[in-house]
Amino acid sequence: MNSFVSKYAVLLAAAAFLAASLISPSTASAKKLNVVTATTDLAALAQEVGGDRISVESIAKGYQDPHFVEAKPSFLLKLRQADLLIVVGLQLEIGWLPPLITQSGNSRIQVGANGYLDASQFAEILEIPQGSITRAMGDVHPLGNPHYWLDPDNGRRVAKGIAAKLGETDPENAAYFQQRFQDFDRRLTEADKKWLTDMKPYRGRKVVTYHNSLPNFAKHFGLNVVGFVEPRPGIPPTPSHTFELTNMMKRDHVKVIMVEPYFDRKTPDSIARETGGVVVEYLPSVGGTKEVTTYFQLFDYDIALLTKAFQANP
Amino acid sequence: MKPLIAFCVLALFVPTMALAQQGSGASSGEDTAALEQKIRDLEDRLIALEGQMRTLKAQGSPAPAAAAAPVSAEAAAAAPAESIASTPVSLGGAGGSAAKALNPDISMIGDFIAVAGGNSIRPSPALEMHESELGVQAIIDPYARGDFFLTFGEQGVGLEEGYITFTALPGSFVARVGKMRAAFGKVNSMHNHVLPFVDRPLVTQNLVGGEDGIDDAGVSVERIIPFPKGIFLSATGQVFRGDSGADDELLFQSHTKGDVSTVAHLRGYKDLTESTNLELGASYARGHNELGTDFITSLYGIDATLRWKPLRRAIYNSFVARSEFIWNQRHQQPFEQRAFGMYASGEYQFKRRWFLGGRYDWSDRAREANLTDKGGSVILTYWPSEFSQIRGQYRFTDYAGDHKTNELLLQVLFSLGAHGAHPF
Repeated sequence: MNSFVSKYAVLLAAAAFLAASLISPSTASAKKLNVVTATTDLAALAQEVGGDRISVESIAKGYQDPHFVEAKPSFLLKLRQADLLIVVGLQLEIGWLPPLITQSGNSRIQVGANGYLDASQFAEILEIPQGSITRAMGDVHPLGNPHYWLDPDNGRRVAKGIAAKLGETDPENAAYFQQRFQDFDRRLTEADKKWLTDMKPYRGRKVVTYHNSLPNFAKHFGLNVVGFVEPRPGIPPTPSHTFELTNMMKRDHVKVIMVEPYFDRKTPDSIARETGGVVVEYLPSVGGTKEVTTYFQLFDYDIALLTKAFQANP
Repeated sequence: MKPLIAFCVLALFVPTMALAQQGSGASSGEDTAALEQKIRDLEDRLIALEGQMRTLKAQGSPAPAAAAAPVSAEAAAAAPAESIASTPVSLGGAGGSAAKALNPDISMIGDFIAVAGGNSIRPSPALEMHESELGVQAIIDPYARGDFFLTFGEQGVGLEEGYITFTALPGSFVARVGKMRAAFGKVNSMHNHVLPFVDRPLVTQNLVGGEDGIDDAGVSVERIIPFPKGIFLSATGQVFRGDSGADDELLFQSHTKGDVSTVAHLRGYKDLTESTNLELGASYARGHNELGTDFITSLYGIDATLRWKPLRRAIYNSFVARSEFIWNQRHQQPFEQRAFGMYASGEYQFKRRWFLGGRYDWSDRAREANLTDKGGSVILTYWPSEFSQIRGQYRFTDYAGDHKTNELLLQVLFSLGAHGAHPF
């Protein structure tokens, strides 16, 4: 083989590839802001305030555990075109989002750039650990509990933050986004009144959840989360912990176990049988089932499930 | 930071109390509603302030006094003067933690290996702290991030990788400068602790420079190539100094400054369904071997990976099948050697913490291509948590010349601190 030719063949081939790829235009979207969110809930909120002036897509699906999303290259195709990336923050996405951002080749959405928005800064964050923490506590979130979107007040605050950010990114439509937010705020306040009324008879009810993902929901609707099926966050159920939990539930007459759709039902089902309770497979996110496509439907769905369960298990 | 928060709370609630007093006189429902709205707004502002505080803390910059400024003048007047005065004094605690916030993410991964069974061809110690990998990673500035991985053997330290990644280049290019594992195939770019086996495949040992593989100082440029039908395509071009592998497994050696090695990698990926995806790759590497500038070693490789992971049960079940075929063409005296090697592996996660895997190995030797080694492994992995892993591997190898070996490998992997996620 001719040494000179082969030596530079690689470089030539690479250069040809790159040149070819540069020719094809990458500015496909004409005017709509291209928004990518980490989760479906943020996508739903962005859609509420963005209306038809943005196109929005979520990376994680609503029926997927947002802690464990695979950093598939197909997501890079979405990210490289994004004008704005909205993340849940508080290290929820730490296991999969950082390499995607780095590899995207999109300078707009790098951490700290104008197109990177951490939604947690707008929300009320609970369970921020005080003092020193170790992994002996399980997979703890050192910045606080990241499941904050399940409080409608936080939904409103995050929507407000997103509206402001969208207006900053696309000043021409700033008034439109503000007006959409006002409208969303009004509808949410209305809906929240109904949800609170529906849940009022059950204020103070004790429930057990699989993972510690409901502190904000519980705070807003007055539920009392007294235990978790997981012995520690991210650690699967153990026989001894399940035994203790079952005894506690029997003693305190706890009847409702709330489980996310992506967890195994085996242990919660057996606890429910043992205690005469019921497992409620609630949705932690928009898109958890096909029917639930908006932020409003998420609460409609969960509250209908819960009130039914509380009614049947007084 | 504490006095500042206290100040904000106070500043927000003083007007609230004032309003509440006004409200007690009027009793109409409208006033109550207006009051509720007012309280809600104030609550929102408090939460917004808390959020700003968290952001500032995370960025490590001292909280400016201006953060409290949007509060009404009435509140500012009501705020005790000493709370403002005390802010700079509290630098001892707050300044310390704020400074730490800019520290890079530091992690340490321990890799302990125990081996039972004899192997005269490629002996390994009975008990060994095989590798301790120190990772130091951070965002450098708005344009780049930096990653260092130092590997400590029981004696001595090596720089496995240390590079800067430019993330904000025009034209969607991603460039890396430093020392890095080359993008040749799949396993070459992986660190030991992310491999689904205790060891590396025979083909890596025989044809691609041993355990360290192609790992050299140089420049890498990668770009995603737009392609229709949801197909992800990316091309990587790399130029290195030209030194890779060591001792018997030496692959490339640079004799003059012009003896650089080059690596090119083309990667295609497609989601077949929501839970199944296929990745195909083609790689090429070229460099000078230890015999001199005129002696070239060229490597050609193809790889395929099929992954399955149902999204609803992502933490319980998954499957990965992978294979790489590698051809090594080596100029040496008296004849050029053309060697071929491959491996095929599969790993099935049957429970949340349990994985069962297997691997088939087949590889010629680079310097004597008529000698072929073959082998097979069965691997069982248990994860007590995401941060530790215990793995057993039974390995059978039939080395050329009828040397058959049976070995049992046991590995304990454990991870401390914040280790950044690895690319897919």
